[in-house]
Amino acid sequence: MSTDVMSSHHAAGHDHEHDHDSGGNTVFGFWLYLMTDCVLFACVFATYAVLVNHTAGGPSGKEIFELPYVLGETFLLLISSCTYGFSMLAAHRGSKSQALGWLAATFLLGAGFIGMEINEFHHLIVEGFGPDRSAFLSSFFTLVGMHGLHVTAGLVWMLVLMAQIKTRGLTPQNNTRLMCLSLFWHFLDIVWICVFTIVYLMGVAA
Amino acid sequence: MSHASTDAGAGHGSYSAYAIGFVLSVILTVIPFGMIMSGDFSRQTALVTMLTMGVVQVVVHLVCFLHMNTSSEGRWNLLAFLFTVLIIIMLVGLAIWIMVNADMLMMPWMFN
Repeated sequence: MSTDVMSSHHAAGHDHEHDHDSGGNTVFGFWLYLMTDCVLFACVFATYAVLVNHTAGGPSGKEIFELPYVLGETFLLLISSCTYGFSMLAAHRGSKSQALGWLAATFLLGAGFIGMEINEFHHLIVEGFGPDRSAFLSSFFTLVGMHGLHVTAGLVWMLVLMAQIKTRGLTPQNNTRLMCLSLFWHFLDIVWICVFTIVYLMGVAA
Repeated sequence: MSHASTDAGAGHGSYSAYAIGFVLSVILTVIPFGMIMSGDFSRQTALVTMLTMGVVQVVVHLVCFLHMNTSSEGRWNLLAFLFTVLIIIMLVGLAIWIMVNADMLMMPWMFN
C-alpha cells in the first residue's frame, strides 16, 4: 500500500500537495522514532525492576518518596499535555497568536515540572541518597533522570519552534514540526504514567 | 484522496477529545494516589487497582491525545505500536524472569 501511494505522489511532482505528503511521511517517521524510544525506556524500566530491591542497606523507595509532591509533578505534566492540545487546535484554525500563547503556557508547565524534579533530586543527594548510594538509587536516578532529559529536550525544541512560528508563521513546514513535537510531548506524558505507577506508587505500596 | 494524505502520520483531535482525555486522566491519577496515600487498602488490592488504572490511563492517552485509531490513515501507526508493545513485553518480562531467578539461586537469603 505505502509504495503505491508514495510513487503516485512522487509522480504528481513538486506542487503544494507534495508538501503535505512529505509532512505526513515526516510525522510517521517521527512516530517510528518514538517507538524506538519506547524500547529504550522499556530497557531502563526492566533495569529498574531488576534492581529495585538491591538497596545495599540504604533507603528503599518507601522511605524517600513523597507522594503529594509527585502528584503535583503529575498534574503539571498532565495539564501541559492539554494546553499543547489547545495549541494544536489553534494552529489548525490558523490562529497564530493563540497557538503561540498555548505553547508558552505548555513551556511554563513543563519548566515547572523540571524545576520540581531538580529540587527532588537535589534533596535526595544532599541527604546522602544520591545515585552512588545503592543499585536501587542508581537505577532510580537513571530512569527518572532520562525522562527528565527528554522533557528538557522537548522544552528546548518548544522554544525553537515558538521562534520559528513567530518569524515565519503557521507554514505547512511549521505545522509538521508542531505535530511532531505534539507526539513527543504526549508520549513523554505516557512514559510519566508508567514512572509514577511503577516507581513511586509501587515503591510506596511495597 | 488528497485530503486523506494531509492527515497521514497522525490526526488532529478536537476539544471534546482533549476534554474527555483530561477528565479521565485526572480520575485515573487521583484514585491510585488516594488509595496508596490513605493506606486503607491491602497491598494486593492496591497493586492490582493501581496497575489496571495505569494501563487504562495509557490507553486513554493514546486514544484521546495521540488520536490513535483503526482508520486506514492511522493503521501503520497502530501496527508499529502493537509491534513495539510485543517487543516491550518480551524485553521486560524475560529480563525480570531471568534476573529474579538468578537472584533466587545466588542470593536466597534476600527472599526470606
